[in-house]
Amino acid sequence: MALEDIIKPENLVYKKPDIMNDNPMHYCPGCSHGVVHKLVAEVIEEMGLVEDTIGVTPVGCAVFAYNYIDIDWEEAAHGRAPALATAIKRLRPNKLVFTYQGDGDLAAIGTAETIHACNRGESIAIIFINNGIYGMTGGQMAPTTIEGMKTATCPYGRDYKLNGYPLKITNQLKDLDGIRYVTRQSVQTAAAVRKAKKAIRKAFENCMDGKGGASVVEVVSTCSSGWKLSPEKANKWMEENMFPEYPLGDLIDKDANK
Amino acid sequence: MSEEVKLMKGNEAIAHAAIRCGCDGYFGYPITPQSEVMETLMEVEPWKTTGMVVLQAESEVSSINMVYGGAATGKKVMTSSSSPGVSLMQEGISYLAGAELPALIVNVMRGGPGLGTIQPSQSDYFQTTKGGGHGDYRLIALAPASVQEMADFVGLAFDLAFKYRNPAIILADGVIGQMMEKVVLPDFKPRRTDEEVEKQCPWAATGRKMSRKNNIITSLELKPEVMEQNNLRFQAKYKQIEENEVRYEEILCDDAEYLLVAFGCSARICQKACEIARAEGIKLGLLRPITLWPFPTKAIAGYANKVKAMLSVELNAGQMVEDVRLAVNGKVPVEHYGRLGGIVFTPDEIVNAVKTKLM
Repeated sequence: MALEDIIKPENLVYKKPDIMNDNPMHYCPGCSHGVVHKLVAEVIEEMGLVEDTIGVTPVGCAVFAYNYIDIDWEEAAHGRAPALATAIKRLRPNKLVFTYQGDGDLAAIGTAETIHACNRGESIAIIFINNGIYGMTGGQMAPTTIEGMKTATCPYGRDYKLNGYPLKITNQLKDLDGIRYVTRQSVQTAAAVRKAKKAIRKAFENCMDGKGGASVVEVVSTCSSGWKLSPEKANKWMEENMFPEYPLGDLIDKDANK
Repeated sequence: MSEEVKLMKGNEAIAHAAIRCGCDGYFGYPITPQSEVMETLMEVEPWKTTGMVVLQAESEVSSINMVYGGAATGKKVMTSSSSPGVSLMQEGISYLAGAELPALIVNVMRGGPGLGTIQPSQSDYFQTTKGGGHGDYRLIALAPASVQEMADFVGLAFDLAFKYRNPAIILADGVIGQMMEKVVLPDFKPRRTDEEVEKQCPWAATGRKMSRKNNIITSLELKPEVMEQNNLRFQAKYKQIEENEVRYEEILCDDAEYLLVAFGCSARICQKACEIARAEGIKLGLLRPITLWPFPTKAIAGYANKVKAMLSVELNAGQMVEDVRLAVNGKVPVEHYGRLGGIVFTPDEIVNAVKTKLM
């Protein structure tokens, strides 16, 4: 069969979202960011919100998310994304406003902004990439680095006596009155990707129905470069070491029993 | 136009003027001596009338970043604070300048450094006019000397901020913020519609219309050759502002042999000092910079050919005096007189300083 007989619209089973452009991504092989970007783009497109979305990028590896998804964006100072999103949503209440943040951005330098935006019940969605390491700056210890995990600033492994404990911030966020939905997902298998997409869709829908309340989707992620593991081994390491500390599933869904 | 004269504090005038000039959003955090700004807004509840958003943030860091978020969508947004709070905002102000966003910051100065005092001061002149945050940027800085100017400068600051896509600051002090004076508030101007905002600010992040490229508000550029060009573009804009937007007031300057240079509440006290000096036969005049940046360098340079000496009168240890000296360039002596830590000078003290330092 000739190639032109195969490549036809009716035979299409999968394509990347139109708003994902062809810019080469700066992410390392095996990084979870690419998959999560694609899910965010798919959901925006499927909800018909391309013209009605304003995204906020963090400081961290995802700082350049605006180079890959063709929506309107604002790039925040480190940790401040939820404050930006608060104002954008209040001034543009009909828009889908979301932040995309890493663990250092959200759970270290931006802890106050994260907690207060969620506690005010801002109608925003927070996509939270937790890979337990500072990727962009070269692999330093993150607030979410687990015990024994080696990073550039805990080269002999995180020692709770020296460095304190990993901040499981979504566990705290779920108890805030302003929260509507907190879930913890991953994207290392096809099944996990489908679940994560559903979670992102739910979070985005929550932002648009006028009922208020913040939604947080944590994605336990890999950083093969920072972890110094092959992509395949990174997935395995994540399942064996990160998941026990950060178990997957919904932490709270206030719409579940309604 | 009905000219209804009202009596109120400078801080209250800021709040009423914000509502009347079509401000879309105020984000703040309480701090003395400026808390009446947000208190007044919360009492008036403008979200019920004009639709203006008013929000108390969890910190000054957050409030300036809310301003940064709101400004990115083309909305007229502002914050207010006092010195320690404005120090916390410097990161956000640098981002606003770097992303070329219009916004208004109000600083009702108190004495420092550190937690300092809640009494008035003018010791944030350097912070305001020389940087404060990181990087080569400028703020359009207006210095009100009356409650009337507190009201008038809100609209002016927004106009300038949008004209040049640059943050503007009203640099007031505890005296101007707290004192009550008569004021005629500006006429009500409706908030712009979303369509008007999009027309005025085609660069804004408002949700990407398929008819245009997506708008990205950022100060980040990793390629140094591009970042240098960005910086040169900012510098060209700053030069344009320096050429077009200098504002100052001359009081009793025509025949002056000695010149006071003072802004804000110091200028008010200097005005009285001029009257006292003239009653004693000393021809004393006052030049009051209204814009601290751009600074009235040319006007002051002009007086260097006319007067015998100048005195920069400031509630600090000598900050603006450096700019006066740069303008004068050694032609006549330029001295400084100041009080520190929240102490405010009397007119007699200033006349005495003229006699001892200039004559």
